[in-house]
Amino acid sequence: MLSRIASCDSHGQDSSYFLGWEAYENNPYDQLHNPSGIIQMGLAENQLSFDLLESWLASNQEAVELKRNGESLFRELALFQDYHGFPDAKKELVKLMARIRGNKVKFDPNKLVLTAGSTAANETLMFCLADPGDAFLLPTPYYPGFDRDLKWRPGVEIVPIHCSSSNGFRITISALENAYQQAQTLNLKVKGVLITNPSNPLGTAMTHQELNHLINFSKSKRIHIVSDEIYSGTVFDSPSSSFISIMEAVMDRNIDESDDLWSRIHIVYSLSKDFSMPGFRVGMIYSNNERVVSAATKMSSFGLVSSQTQYLLSRMLSDKKFTCNYMKENRKRLRKRKEMLVSGLKVAGIRCLKSNAGLFCWVDMRHLLVSNTFEAEKELWKKIIFEVGLNISPGSSCHCNEPGWFRICFANITEETLQVALQRIKVFAQSCNPQMLLLQRRSIIGKWISKLSSSSSYDQEPDR
Amino acid sequence: MAFALSNQEQLLSKIAAGNGHGEDSPYFDGWKAFESDPYHPTKNPNGVIQMGLAENLLCHELVEDWLMNNPKASICSAEGLNEFKGIANFQDYHGLPEFRNAVAKFMGKVRGNRVTFDPDRIVMSGGATGAHETVAFCLADPGDAFLVPTPYYPGFDRDLRWRTGVQLVPVVCDSSNDFKVTMEALEAAYEKAQESNIRIKGVLITNPSNPLGTFLDRETLKDIVSFINEKNIHLVCDEIYAATVFTKESSFVSIAEIIDQDIACNRNLIHIVYSLSKDMGFPGFRVGIIYSYNDQVVSCARKMSSFGLVSSQTQHLIATMLSDDQFVEKFIAESAKRIAERHKAFTWGLSQVGIGCLKSNAGLFLWMDLHHLLKEQTYEAEMALWQVIINEVKLNVSPGSSFHCPNPGWFRVCFANMDDRTMEIALSRITSFMLKNVEAKVPNKKKLCWQRSLRLSMSSRRMDDFMASPCMSPQSPLVQART
Repeated sequence: MLSRIASCDSHGQDSSYFLGWEAYENNPYDQLHNPSGIIQMGLAENQLSFDLLESWLASNQEAVELKRNGESLFRELALFQDYHGFPDAKKELVKLMARIRGNKVKFDPNKLVLTAGSTAANETLMFCLADPGDAFLLPTPYYPGFDRDLKWRPGVEIVPIHCSSSNGFRITISALENAYQQAQTLNLKVKGVLITNPSNPLGTAMTHQELNHLINFSKSKRIHIVSDEIYSGTVFDSPSSSFISIMEAVMDRNIDESDDLWSRIHIVYSLSKDFSMPGFRVGMIYSNNERVVSAATKMSSFGLVSSQTQYLLSRMLSDKKFTCNYMKENRKRLRKRKEMLVSGLKVAGIRCLKSNAGLFCWVDMRHLLVSNTFEAEKELWKKIIFEVGLNISPGSSCHCNEPGWFRICFANITEETLQVALQRIKVFAQSCNPQMLLLQRRSIIGKWISKLSSSSSYDQEPDR
Repeated sequence: MAFALSNQEQLLSKIAAGNGHGEDSPYFDGWKAFESDPYHPTKNPNGVIQMGLAENLLCHELVEDWLMNNPKASICSAEGLNEFKGIANFQDYHGLPEFRNAVAKFMGKVRGNRVTFDPDRIVMSGGATGAHETVAFCLADPGDAFLVPTPYYPGFDRDLRWRTGVQLVPVVCDSSNDFKVTMEALEAAYEKAQESNIRIKGVLITNPSNPLGTFLDRETLKDIVSFINEKNIHLVCDEIYAATVFTKESSFVSIAEIIDQDIACNRNLIHIVYSLSKDMGFPGFRVGIIYSYNDQVVSCARKMSSFGLVSSQTQHLIATMLSDDQFVEKFIAESAKRIAERHKAFTWGLSQVGIGCLKSNAGLFLWMDLHHLLKEQTYEAEMALWQVIINEVKLNVSPGSSFHCPNPGWFRVCFANMDDRTMEIALSRITSFMLKNVEAKVPNKKKLCWQRSLRLSMSSRRMDDFMASPCMSPQSPLVQART
């Protein structure tokens, strides 16, 4: 009756991981009305800086009302369905992208394609770069939505690049090669690598070394690199030195403009995380490859950005002073919130992966597992939802190949709610079987000691 | 160089490297001519007038007035700012409840409140363009096909086929009976597909029709429903022009009304595609709707809507606007009135110089019959005439072949995307051209009737050749999500 696509479950929403969402929806925390409800910490949303956006709007009514020189702009906007996008909006978006990268890279608005969110951007790129049955390599852990965005309608297979906690989940040459071999074994044609930088769920920005491994890999296999840089504006520790865009990394290699590596580099971006506007569906693809830009532009017909929204953006982002201040203040608030979460978890004896970006922490709860298995992770997760009352994301939903890691979001709740959550975690951690805890801790401590003695961050591990 | 090029080809998918987007068609000449020489009343009064765009500009000032009096509708205004945070953060693919409620109510009003729509079946999409693609993804596998009566909107070739791999099989409707959809034509197309081993998954109708401007009568709709029920295939009804119906003589019947009254029909086969682009004139806001009577399709399409949700800023605006009952009723009535006036003025103007149009009672265009101006009844002659219309008459109209019309010589002319003055100028250009160049003088009614009932013969081979070729409507590289 229906298509195969409609009848299968590649949309990924039948996964048992939606249990947490359902539980939250049935019993949502509210400070006044439901103080014992479940706190939502599984949503990577940024709710920290709306006041900045609101105050700009309040003080800039003239800029956003639909008038130009006294003439109403309504008709022009209502009719504007050109898939090339509102020129002013694209101009401002590329300027924003450059600013986020410390102006070390310049972007051309003609190479930007607007899409209905980065969800549409990633799917569209897959339609452009791969045939059904082809594969993309993705470092684990990765954003669960990629399973839907890549596999469902484009029919692209995902082959994981296994990253491990032993080196802070950094991408290594051997992991890349293993993934490629794995694809060969499965008779899959690898079309590219999709990275998220900064990473979701890790919250880390990629190092020079990792990016160079990727570039070398792309050169040797002649495959694409799609870099989802949706969290690039959330890098909260000296971003100009710690975040390196794929574009910058390629530039730093002094690769000739005519080298076709350039035609295989594509960036995905969105305003959902950096600017807290996920509802407005503002995504984009940036590519140096003219044919990709051309095809993606035509495909954007299936999900254009509302002209009403494009206009708002063109006005808001043209205020350079506001944008710079916003980004700066937003990062400051994110860092503060992250530190609150990290220190609160520390009190509970729980460590996080050292991170410098994102709206979440990658939390190590391996010591709370009864066994080093995904079953145990699931049991722990259910406990955290129903007994502790927190909806957090288990690492297995992000395809992490080590049990015991969880993603906990910190930017979508108030400070008060975060304190409540931390208190609950503390009580829970203390109540866990002390004997078991001791045993686990001893083995973990041993690992920590060896890590600490080799390096203080995960950035400088040897590759082999 | 050739090696480098073919390497480039391999870097991309087959979908991206191919021409399934439909924009490589030779019919771009009209668009290029318009874009390089666009009419402007003062800056370029001799430029090409755009009559290939099915847009509705007739009631925008009503909306502008409403917006001025309802600043709360914008979350950026001082009055609406308190809602900014909630709306900016809202990405739930179910859509704002008030949006779904308002759209469901609007759809009911457009159909004279003869039916009601369930807000829980309203699914968002990236315009009707996104809606059609999503529905195709839900109902058909690559290689499966939909039956589509000719002539049809050229964008379907892209929307239903490009990324989905679904095929379109034409149901030949021709000028011999005013392009009416007959059961014989449906059955013939279905049989032909079976013989070619093509699996038909459904029928796609646009009602009211683009490019014809006519709507299906109750009996034909019922027959189509029986047909799809019997074959157990889907029926997708694109009702995007529902509110452009301006006739008082007979009433537009929506498939929703047929379903309401026909209990024998398997409702799981019925799906409606809608949008605000034509009825309200808001193509830029990308408000596409899928309304399915099949729960599984609603569920699947809703998940797919993640790839093309309506901006929550726009959802909020539309919800506020369409909840204003008084405004909506006034708008629907006034819009129909203005379309009727424009239609009357244009058809009269054309008839004065011997140009007949298919009798229509909806849409933002006329289906103009120029076959009597063709040197011979071929598509080449149609193209030649079209070049003349663009370059000498200086109008961009859409040739019937781009709509897969089985008879050469028909052209779609849009009349709702310009002001009165421009329309007068367009008519005067046509008049001048006809009086100068065409031997037939002022016609009598008899002659027009004779022309319309002329049974055009074409060799069946030429027809098959044509049907096989990827004819597309001129899609401007600069504009157009939907013409």
